[in-house]
Amino acid sequence: MNQQLVDPLRPEDKRAAASIVDCDVHITARSAVDLYPWLPARWREHVETIGAHVRSGVYNQEPHPRMMARGMRADAYPEEGGPAGCSLPLLQRQHLDPNGIQFGMLIALGRGIFEERNQAFAAALSTAINNWQLEKWVDPEPRLMPAIIVPQEDAEVAVAEIERCAADTRFKQILISPKSLEPLGRKRYWPIYAAAERAGLPLAFHPAAIGGGHFSSGAGSPTYYLEEHNTFGTITQAVLTSLIFEGVFERFPGLKVVAVEGGFTWAPMLGWRMDKYWSRLRAEVPHVTRPPSEYLRSHIWFTTQPMEETRKQAHLRDVIDWLGWDRLMFSSDYPHWDFDDPRYAFKMPLSDEERRKVFHANAKVLYGLP
Amino acid sequence: MKIPFKGAVDCDLHLSAPRMSALLPYMDEYWSDQFSNRHIDRFAFTMSSDNPILPLQWRPDWKAGADEPGSELDRLRSRALDQFGSSIGIVNVIHGAIALYHGDMAAAILRAVNDWTADKVLSQESRLRGSILVSLQDPALAVAEIERLAGNPGFVQVLLPVIGELTIGRRIYWPVFEAASRAGLPICLHAGSLNRHAPTGVGWPSYYVEDYVSQSAGFEASLVSLLAEGVFQKFPDLTFVLAESGVTWMPSFQWRQDKMWLGVRTELPWIDRMPREIIRERVRLTLQPFDAPPDAAIVERLLDHLGSDEMLLFSTDYPHWHFDGDDVVPDGFPTDLLRKIAIDNPHATYGRLRQGGEATKSLEVTA
Repeated sequence: MNQQLVDPLRPEDKRAAASIVDCDVHITARSAVDLYPWLPARWREHVETIGAHVRSGVYNQEPHPRMMARGMRADAYPEEGGPAGCSLPLLQRQHLDPNGIQFGMLIALGRGIFEERNQAFAAALSTAINNWQLEKWVDPEPRLMPAIIVPQEDAEVAVAEIERCAADTRFKQILISPKSLEPLGRKRYWPIYAAAERAGLPLAFHPAAIGGGHFSSGAGSPTYYLEEHNTFGTITQAVLTSLIFEGVFERFPGLKVVAVEGGFTWAPMLGWRMDKYWSRLRAEVPHVTRPPSEYLRSHIWFTTQPMEETRKQAHLRDVIDWLGWDRLMFSSDYPHWDFDDPRYAFKMPLSDEERRKVFHANAKVLYGLP
Repeated sequence: MKIPFKGAVDCDLHLSAPRMSALLPYMDEYWSDQFSNRHIDRFAFTMSSDNPILPLQWRPDWKAGADEPGSELDRLRSRALDQFGSSIGIVNVIHGAIALYHGDMAAAILRAVNDWTADKVLSQESRLRGSILVSLQDPALAVAEIERLAGNPGFVQVLLPVIGELTIGRRIYWPVFEAASRAGLPICLHAGSLNRHAPTGVGWPSYYVEDYVSQSAGFEASLVSLLAEGVFQKFPDLTFVLAESGVTWMPSFQWRQDKMWLGVRTELPWIDRMPREIIRERVRLTLQPFDAPPDAAIVERLLDHLGSDEMLLFSTDYPHWHFDGDDVVPDGFPTDLLRKIAIDNPHATYGRLRQGGEATKSLEVTA
């Protein structure tokens, strides 16, 4: 999967250039020092003398080591050094330009917001990263659309950060880690949803390497990366289940959620399972007034990468028909090792209308892009 | 729809766990004293994930008469075995002793449950077969219990909860798999959680309904663990039966494993084939609760997605409430597939049924 493409864009694809919305583009700071211009002295000192404090047995690394160059395309590490995803010129040269990306939705992982136990530090880092995104990435490259980073376990502070950032209309969504301390439907997180609804911004759930300190599979901790990667899907399922059964979409009918990098072929099945058990246990959740699959169908969008690989093309088509062609949005996951090239992501032919929806129209409608 | 012939093997039905007072005769003096003196014998050992008062745990018309003493087995006979024309039923007694941290105490109770099952169930009804209950708290004790009962042909599998303490494929559990494999017994992973940690990767859900929905994630985690740890290669004769797992998550799970394995197979060189091939050969799922919508066209597509007519095993999940009347089979199942899942697949899965089974030969189409 780490082969370099010599000629990334075939001539026949150039007509489609600059029309794709990529809903999962990762950027990261070269080091914490990159964020110093936006960190108060008190927190710069904290970085130097205390550092990160995480819900994980190892520090500054993933407890389930990634495949292939720490989970990155080997060719995405800048020649001048630093981690993959820290160089705007390389992102432009390697992905945005040759792959015809009109807009890239930024998912700024890294620098430890999600796993940080010190919530005041997480808050300071969030503000710094949000400012850094604007000045270092979005100002020089307006194709990039940032997401607001928040210290999600402290809803009050998260709301303040959402309100501060939402004043800048370049922020198109709010990034939340599905690996929270508690399932995200619970009331402690509702102020964030109220703020998102007020601001008219979708929430993007993207799996983080470390999170709330629960065994990622729900059935014990995985041993291998193959197992850990499967939890991206099951964790996303658990979050959507929680949001629906806690009544979040009843309480916040304008709330929109994007499930990024969690897979999507399981989504129809999840709706069916929820409907089945809801029909028997409605007395437990009287606040859930409609079949759960209806909330799934009307409030959730899914990104494509990593796309499950069906045995027959017709199977993938069945699943997307059930899911809804208006719910699926292309994502590449650049610069990660399992990056999906927009030309090869779908192993089946799409009609022009299907292609239009998945590669740009759905995202443009959702995010209000031109 | 109804099952249109007799002779099915019902691969998952339930009897309530016996009261502790009924188990004391099967215990030695030490444990009998312990349970009496500490009033442990006054507890029901009900699994939190098997809460009997929930509406889906007892079908309303099957709940009638549930309080009459001594007749639960009679009701199971008439309502499940006779009613669906089943020639064999595999009874899974769900017992909370598996959630105890005290491995010796758990083993003492589960030994008694197994002996009670042999004595009060299997020897009372020739159509019934049982599952060997073990705790994984001390795998050596689980091995001893499997070996103790391996000679009793009435026990046809080893029963474990799908969500335990560690992922199920870990090497610490391999002696249990080895013992089951030696005895020719499949491992049945049944829906349920020990609740020793949050049953989802994101913490503790508020509601039972979430726990039920998220069981499929527990089954995914267990299967990918068995795959990744190499259990299927290490124990080539061992079959895993997933009971009350639901079915619709399985195609997507296979697609995901195939895709991921192609990317990460250097991590797992012992996985020598596409995961779906291994899963289809070695993993079986009980029919109920079937989690597709009541739409024959969708069911037909899902069966095509599943890609195998050998993976499903007929079950009623009696007395749980998943269907009404006699409509135990979802619309959309062709009759020849039904015959596979109700007769051929169970007999292929449970080697011990082939040793006994004169009752299985009387097949007649009734509808």
